[in-house]
Amino acid sequence: MELEAAKLIAAAIALLPMFGVGIGLGMIFASYNEAVGRNPSAAEVLDKKFFLTFALTEALAIFALVVSLIILFG
Amino acid sequence: MAGPLKQFEIKPLIPIEIAGYDVSFTNSAMWMAIAIITSLAFFLIVTRKPQIIPGRGQVFAESMYQFIAGMVQDNIGSKGREYFPLIFTIFVVVLMGNMLGMIPYAFTYTSHIAVTMGLALAIFLFVTILGFVKHGTHFFSLFCPEGVPLLLKPLIIPIEVLSYLIRPVTLSVRLFANMMAGHLMLKVFAGFSVTMGIALGVIPMFFNVALIGFEFLIAFLQAYVFTILSCIYLKDAIELH
Repeated sequence: MELEAAKLIAAAIALLPMFGVGIGLGMIFASYNEAVGRNPSAAEVLDKKFFLTFALTEALAIFALVVSLIILFG
Repeated sequence: MAGPLKQFEIKPLIPIEIAGYDVSFTNSAMWMAIAIITSLAFFLIVTRKPQIIPGRGQVFAESMYQFIAGMVQDNIGSKGREYFPLIFTIFVVVLMGNMLGMIPYAFTYTSHIAVTMGLALAIFLFVTILGFVKHGTHFFSLFCPEGVPLLLKPLIIPIEVLSYLIRPVTLSVRLFANMMAGHLMLKVFAGFSVTMGIALGVIPMFFNVALIGFEFLIAFLQAYVFTILSCIYLKDAIELH
């Protein structure tokens, strides 16, 4: 296989973790919305935790993206 | 058209070389200086004549103070009050770096791993040394949670040590990768606008407008996450679980 083609395939495979991160983010949003819907007065406390977990989970997708970009351009 | 990675290039503005090392004053250093001077000037000006009924600037400075003070109180407790200046400085430096990067043609210094790794390693070393100073060798109990069965200990302790040592890496890569990926995405979509022509190029342009809003959220959020994780690491060193 040519090096260029192998690089493109590797860059695509490196993005597979997005699958899991997508599921994870969906679960975070779902449970946050459900919790706020059940108890709107708790929204202020939940907001902070929500943003923290959101950013921590989302960072994993960004890691995958960076690995993919390094394979492509690096 | 410049490539999407061109924006992260470091250009020396005033070339300086000391003993064979390149210590030029670069665009990265210039934006760091701008961040420090503007934030320092802002806080000095708005708190020069504090009033009981605060003006706009004073409200902004005070709410920022309260935001970080609340974060320190929630995460470390009242023992953390003496570390408030450190946490506040970390927050302001990271936030200014992320936000100044949103100005068109500006340079985002937090998009370089050299900068974020420097910050993260400084925090990591400080926290580790603080832990040893406060608790001596008892600090190692951080790696062995209480109530773990003896059989599981050989498994748990290496994992805990590893997850402790990996902290500066994840802390720095998270910030750097988020900023780099975000700015890269903006430039890639701006490139689509150019190559698709005037009629179709409007679509990625509108998408870019939404992305810029999202980038502002990420810029704030990553500064918040960086600060809160520093708080949590500090708490581990002070209280040992």
